[in-house]
Amino acid sequence: MSEVRYPIFDIKRYSINDGPGIRITFFFKGCPLSCVWCHNPEGISRSQTRMYTVSKCILCGACVQFCPAHALKAVRGRGVLCDRDLCTLCGKCAEVCPTKAVEMASKTYTAEQVYAEIAKERPFFTTSDGGVTFSGGEPLYQGDLLIQLLDYIGQAAEKDGYRLHRTVDTTLFANQELVREVSHRCELFLVDIKMMDSDRHRKFCGVPNDIILENIRMVASEGAAGYLVRIPLIEGINADTENIEATASFLASLDRLPKYVELLPYHDIGKNKHSRMGTQYNKNNVPMAVPSEKTIEDALGIFKNYGVPAKV
Amino acid sequence: MTERINMLREQSVNAEPSLTIERALIETEFYKKNDGKYSIPVMRAKNFYNLCAKKRIYIGDNELIVGERGPKPKAVPTFPELNCHSVEDFKVLRSREIQHYAISDREIEKYKNEVIPYWKGKTQRDRIFNHVPQSWKALYEAGVFTEFMEQRAPGHTALDGKMYRMGMKDFKAKIAEHIASLDFLNDPEATDKQDELTAMSISCDAMVLFARRHADEARKQISKIEKALAGGPAYKVTPFSGESQEDAYRRRIKELQDIIEVCTWVPENAPRTFREAVQMYWFCHLGTILELNGWDAMNPGHFDQHLAPFYEREVAAGTLTREQAKEFIGCFWIKVNNHPAPPKVGITAKESGTYNDFTNINIGGVKRDGTSGESEVSYILLEVLGELHILQPGCSVHVSEKTSDELVKAACKVIRLGYGYPSLFNPDTYVKELVRQGKSLEDAREGGCSGCIEVGAFGKEAYLLTGYLNVPKLLELALNNGVDPVTGKQISIATGDSREFRSFEDLYSAFLKQLEYVVLEKIKVNNYIDRMFAKYAPATFLSVLIDDCIAKGKDYYNGGPRYNTDYIQCTGLGTVTDAMSSIKKHVFEEGRYTMDRMLGMLKADFKGYEYDRQWIVNHTPFFGNDDEYADSIAVRVYNDLFRTIEGRPNIKGSCYHMNMLSTTCHIYFGKVLGASADGRHATLPISDGTSPSHGADTHGPTAVVKSLGKLDQSLSGGTLLNQRLIPQILKKDEDLTKLGQLIRAYFGLGGHHIQFNIVDTATLRDAQKHPEQYRDLMVRVAGYSDYFNDLCADYQEEIIARTENAAF
Repeated sequence: MSEVRYPIFDIKRYSINDGPGIRITFFFKGCPLSCVWCHNPEGISRSQTRMYTVSKCILCGACVQFCPAHALKAVRGRGVLCDRDLCTLCGKCAEVCPTKAVEMASKTYTAEQVYAEIAKERPFFTTSDGGVTFSGGEPLYQGDLLIQLLDYIGQAAEKDGYRLHRTVDTTLFANQELVREVSHRCELFLVDIKMMDSDRHRKFCGVPNDIILENIRMVASEGAAGYLVRIPLIEGINADTENIEATASFLASLDRLPKYVELLPYHDIGKNKHSRMGTQYNKNNVPMAVPSEKTIEDALGIFKNYGVPAKV
Repeated sequence: MTERINMLREQSVNAEPSLTIERALIETEFYKKNDGKYSIPVMRAKNFYNLCAKKRIYIGDNELIVGERGPKPKAVPTFPELNCHSVEDFKVLRSREIQHYAISDREIEKYKNEVIPYWKGKTQRDRIFNHVPQSWKALYEAGVFTEFMEQRAPGHTALDGKMYRMGMKDFKAKIAEHIASLDFLNDPEATDKQDELTAMSISCDAMVLFARRHADEARKQISKIEKALAGGPAYKVTPFSGESQEDAYRRRIKELQDIIEVCTWVPENAPRTFREAVQMYWFCHLGTILELNGWDAMNPGHFDQHLAPFYEREVAAGTLTREQAKEFIGCFWIKVNNHPAPPKVGITAKESGTYNDFTNINIGGVKRDGTSGESEVSYILLEVLGELHILQPGCSVHVSEKTSDELVKAACKVIRLGYGYPSLFNPDTYVKELVRQGKSLEDAREGGCSGCIEVGAFGKEAYLLTGYLNVPKLLELALNNGVDPVTGKQISIATGDSREFRSFEDLYSAFLKQLEYVVLEKIKVNNYIDRMFAKYAPATFLSVLIDDCIAKGKDYYNGGPRYNTDYIQCTGLGTVTDAMSSIKKHVFEEGRYTMDRMLGMLKADFKGYEYDRQWIVNHTPFFGNDDEYADSIAVRVYNDLFRTIEGRPNIKGSCYHMNMLSTTCHIYFGKVLGASADGRHATLPISDGTSPSHGADTHGPTAVVKSLGKLDQSLSGGTLLNQRLIPQILKKDEDLTKLGQLIRAYFGLGGHHIQFNIVDTATLRDAQKHPEQYRDLMVRVAGYSDYFNDLCADYQEEIIARTENAAF
């Protein structure tokens, strides 16, 4: 067990939007989807990702000097540029950077270390009925190792005398058996439904959605874990009446309704992350916009008509 | 908010703070005639009586709660017997960029001719500065500590529930009993006690006279209004909307008749109604701040607990509605706002640069029997706080395990408005603090916080803040063998050349030696000043209100109270921890730098060492991240501050305790400090209260409160934690609940206090650019809020530098 190391690119404490109460959220690296609006693009690749924040850079030149692959070059006015063809992602630049302008996104944690971080937050679980949330990336991308981890932290908490509330924030784009196993080891799923049309899903998220919808149907019917549905509401992508109707009608047809549907109005925070990765946000210029108040109101109205609880 | 409150609020907000020389003139004339005729306490009491008899009485348009310290709202008197301002002081005070006070040339001239010549060389400030030894002065001038009592009287107290059960008449009867029982045969202090008790009795008369004069003024106003009604000259009574002038006149006559009735009854007798209770407190408040200019003005303590019985009784009887009660509270609130702090000059202005005079209303908390103190009045107070949105009074909600979630949520709702009010306190911890200091459990429960975050037993204790201690400066002295690197002068003891220290322990023990030397130097002078106040400036009215001054026949400053605390406030725990953490790691453990190199970088203020400064800032464990490496240093320093200060005897038969307050002193202390080993540049602020250094806490608020939770806060007389959140984090209703749960978790870890600024950096930057658009933007500074526009550039930057916690 102690040999397994989990690739994690961020840990957020006082996490208040990823499940009940005050939570600690771990972001796993690697995701089978590649949604154009993704706000954690550094979580998509399973391998290491180099992040560079120009505003933190003091142009000291240490990284340039230490780079074994000679991939770096300081350019006045633009900071240090990285030739991605030469870069081997060895991380030497991050090691010598005094300001942490360069950071390697992925850090690895053993299950024990993951639990140690969780345990630090216990006073907040007590007052708020919070817990841990595994997000990403896609936590289910860890496969059976995620099951081991969920077991480990659950048992560790029990040993410490409390029940740990475990939430998995997932696309559910995964093998059905894995989803079933996970559903017996967490209390809550946060599931995204990006859109109902599978072709469009493939176009904007890189994969079709049939597996996702089937898994949702299974989670709803088997009832091992609770679930709630989140929809990133994006004008131009999925905010149209047709898609919302289809989503609401799908949810209404399930054996068990989600606790509620939460609409997350689009924001383009992913832009900043892409610039730090040295990649381009929304390369193909897909038109995306923040939904208007009216669009949000209308969407809420549609869910209400179908008897599906929804909020913003 | 009613129309009346709206109107009074506007007047109060728009009134310009000014100085009045009225008090100084009346007092000087009295002293010229009478000095030497009476014992000092009796002289002080007669002086107070004379002030109450002669000062101008003010009853403003449409006011219901009456009384001003000066002749009009926001007119602040001077106290020449403590610190006689010079002509130069007045010119600075009226023209300085922030916290200015209007005063005319004519008044300055009059002061110069009539007041200054009499007090020159006889003030408390003269007595103090003429006495202090050179060794103390060297430390004081270098900014190693400050001295609270050099221009304001020691204060820092709050009142309990006595005055709602006893009027001045009853206090006088109690005083008379004690005079009658004095033992002139056996008690060598009997004569002194007789003088003190006689003085207290005169002070009670003064207070009654002061109130009666308000009744007289109301009668005068009625007759003017009656004349106006009969066709005589108009009198100013502003009609409410839809009201004719004539109706307004008639309404106001009725209101003034009520004022006459109330002011004739209280404070001579115990209040009978909610309104009388509020007016009773307000008269007592005014008495204490007219008598002397004590720190923290005055505090009503657990105001909701005191008012609740009146409220409940009257609402049940149908003689008071919730709206009426709220209006009386609104009137009272505005009265407090009408009283800016007395003008401070020099170092004292730097350590506490604000108009805020630190009246702090305690809401919730626990009662003497340990049950929750909340009532409907608690919610009314919170509503008034949220709706009035004015500088004073400050307000705090006291969240014990017994406190309901509803009250916590109501508090969070007001916090979300972003004025920095209310702050939050944890009675479960401060009751432990007070009991540990030797108070009875009941007295401790009745205690709470006055001013910023300092705690005491309300109505039974003098808990004096004596000055701030610049803890990072002590490390600087340890690193430089007692020499102040800023001036090059040897200001403290030599504790060894730090380049020869072999381990972190060597450095730490030099730090401890500096700490002990400096604390003892400070205490020697504190004790002297304490004695000067006991001897020359007894507070004979305040002594009436604080147990057991009457029973002991001793003054508030002379050990009369049941409990007598002197606090030393230690500032900069975050900075000193981070600097030690840096030296421990980079010099002694990893050897990245030699001590010589470190000292060189500090001396150069990191000029030419930006790579290393950045390395230190980004690769040192800092306090506030739930990181054992740094937190264990913080705990160690904190415990040693406690061991060094705790239990040192004061002159009142009690002792010193540690406090962790900073007010705005961390900015002044930063100015006099060279670069520090945590990468902080010279002259920048040090950390405030027990908060992490600015920007050092990078793991969010849960990590911060975990770090703070490692300090045994029951050892202190108060800790202070500032947190800044961006407004988005409190958008949803459930966000308020979660904030409440964060607070509860911190208090579960033994936290004493936490307060929030809910404002994002963009807003603050915009406010700097367009101050006119942000006239009412209030921010939390230390244990109080202030208008952002009233802060000088340094303070504004300091607020912006506080780590911004975003919604995750």
